[in-house]
Amino acid sequence: MTTATPAPPQAPPLDLAARPTTNPYGLTSEQFEQLGEEMNAIRQRVLADRGQRDADYIRGIVRAQRGLEVAGRGLLWAGVVPPFWLAGTAALSLSKILDNMEIGHNVMHGQYEWMNDPKLSGKQFEWDTACPADQWRHSHNYMHHTHTNIVGKDRDIGYGILRMSEEQPWKPYYLGNPLWAALLATFFEYGVALHDLEVERIAAGEISLMDKRELLKGIGTKVRAQALKDYVFFPALSGPLFAFPLAGNATANIVRNLWSFTIIFCGHFPEGTHEFDEAEAAEETRGQWYHRQLLGSANLSGSRLFHILSGNLSFQIEHHLFPDLPANRYAEISVEVREICERYGLPYNVGPLHRQFGSVVKKIGRLALPSSAALSPGRLARGIGGAVAKGGRLLRPRLSLSRS
Amino acid sequence: MSPQLLPRRSLRFLEAVTTPHGVDSYLEQIDPLLVAGECRGEVVGVERGTADSATLTLRPNRAWQGFRAGQFLNVAVEIDGVRHQRCYSPACAEHRRRDDFPPYKGTFGPSAIEITAKRHPEGLVSNFLVERAEPGMVVGLSAGEGDFQLPERRPESVLLIGGGSGITPLMAILRTLFAEGYEHPVALLYYTPDAERCIYREELERLAAAHPNFQLLRSYTRAPGTGELDGHFSPTHLPEAEPCFADAETFACGPPALLDAVRGTWANGLEHRLHVESFVPPTFVPVGAAGEGTIRFAGPEVEVANSGASLLEQAEAAGLSPAYGCRMGICHTCTCRKRAGTHKNLITGEVSSAPDEEIQLCVSAALGDLTVEL
Repeated sequence: MTTATPAPPQAPPLDLAARPTTNPYGLTSEQFEQLGEEMNAIRQRVLADRGQRDADYIRGIVRAQRGLEVAGRGLLWAGVVPPFWLAGTAALSLSKILDNMEIGHNVMHGQYEWMNDPKLSGKQFEWDTACPADQWRHSHNYMHHTHTNIVGKDRDIGYGILRMSEEQPWKPYYLGNPLWAALLATFFEYGVALHDLEVERIAAGEISLMDKRELLKGIGTKVRAQALKDYVFFPALSGPLFAFPLAGNATANIVRNLWSFTIIFCGHFPEGTHEFDEAEAAEETRGQWYHRQLLGSANLSGSRLFHILSGNLSFQIEHHLFPDLPANRYAEISVEVREICERYGLPYNVGPLHRQFGSVVKKIGRLALPSSAALSPGRLARGIGGAVAKGGRLLRPRLSLSRS
Repeated sequence: MSPQLLPRRSLRFLEAVTTPHGVDSYLEQIDPLLVAGECRGEVVGVERGTADSATLTLRPNRAWQGFRAGQFLNVAVEIDGVRHQRCYSPACAEHRRRDDFPPYKGTFGPSAIEITAKRHPEGLVSNFLVERAEPGMVVGLSAGEGDFQLPERRPESVLLIGGGSGITPLMAILRTLFAEGYEHPVALLYYTPDAERCIYREELERLAAAHPNFQLLRSYTRAPGTGELDGHFSPTHLPEAEPCFADAETFACGPPALLDAVRGTWANGLEHRLHVESFVPPTFVPVGAAGEGTIRFAGPEVEVANSGASLLEQAEAAGLSPAYGCRMGICHTCTCRKRAGTHKNLITGEVSSAPDEEIQLCVSAALGDLTVEL
């Protein structure tokens, strides 16, 4: 799968068209091999080093989440008092964010399975959101992580309702791209829950709702339990003042939705991330797989608290290279990954939230319109988007923008 | 807050408002013993009787289901972040049931469980307990397990044969019987290298002095002439024991050599009287080469000769269809529990012989015999 025309990695030619999209930085097959070994070595070292500090970390986060939730529910019970409502809604929002991101997402990846604690087992964990955990494990751990950024396989590209790639043929429906994105962000937990439903295939008549009966039943049960808790039982505890906890719970769910949408869309769609097609990814070596994960992901820079609240998905690159290493290790691994990228002449896409999300928003807007002829696929390194081709610059310069 | 003390409807409401994590996951943040759905015990006493053993007294929480004298418990401890589980036989009497107290009717109230851990070269958990157990530590507990147990209808006579730390389940039987005022004949044949390693020596002597129906026969195998018997177990030791061994319900627990000798003696139509528990440090399955041994897929109960390929491929070749995803060790869809055996992670090269371990079928190969739950 590697290119037969090994370009020296230190000085890649500027002619984008000459380079296959699978290997835009011209790595030789030996380099792919070495890259695979270096990445495996990092993985191996962390695996051997997992222990009490990782166990203490995740238990500490669980403890914080439970505490925030109890505090949030308690304050919202008396939500008629405005400061209580505000504090309660904030605490519950944080609780849901921690539950879904740093705990749920990471535990369900099996990052803490080595602890042999049934409560932190990836297969048994259930989270505080509309999507049933077992469906998520399939659509996310398998479909998205194995087929990262492969248009047509990775359903995280647009969730079946957005146009997030030039590779998705334009149709008038996509004029609403920004609107659909705003709706998806607001109701993101339901978007995630309906992920595996493949709504676009149902709309196209390829499959019928009946084919998805079992799936719908699972979603129905989970959504019902979540809705009863947040919109019936807890409000009911406040008696005639039920409207305050009800509004607080709804707000917390939406805050969590907007936050997780923002973080997740910054993982693979900022300018500079690559896309791949199925044929390109077939038969790839481990080294090439690492390479695809590297090029298809983007990081966010920020404080330690920011990383925790993002579920360490701010280290999306490290997460995609090592999806089952404990997330609390990504920060330290990132130093090595970056150094490796520099040595191989590969981009390491990192930026602050406002810049990365800004470029995602731009992309959502741009893709609402049909692609111009100048941007026809095949001439471009896909997914670099118009900007790179137009500017005629490589991704490498992004390194200079990145945080040290 | 015992679940039995709460009306069903309140309990259902509590579950509904704590979904999806459940009431226990909040209660355990206050105190790990408060959980109702999982049995845990707090270490309340540690006695290091000898240099290489520790006797722990555990106070179980309200989820404790009790045990029958002779049975073992699975005790789970966390060492460097990893939960390990091993079997220990309690040495205490099985009672302390609180059937007679109305709030606890039909349940077991708080009681104390006594287990003894003994150091041995491969004994990760036992060594941890011997060195590090201290009051306040919380361990996971199972209910009593195993068929090796004193029948509920007490036998007419009882013969106990023990070796080394195999005394613990026999001690539970003795203590249970005498606590009930058992008046029929009981004999104990107990084999240890010397008097120092005779666990419960003082208590056994006290019991023998207090109960004329209890015959204590010890053999110190490395110090002939100092015990009531000499040498390792042999059928000639039996006539010493009253009642005649053929009539007695017999319970034997100890190292494999002792049990083999006992089984040989009972292999003459008396097998139904003999109950045996092997009580040895976990013997580590010798690490075989890839492509050797037998793989057993527990659940569907299918056995295949190990070809050396990944467990997932071998399961599929055997016509089974375990869940899988990426087939490259990323997604953990195919994670299953390995019960026993040694496996090698084909990506990391890591080799592990730990029992009861979650493994990924798609990137694990068996080295020698292996049992995995599908």
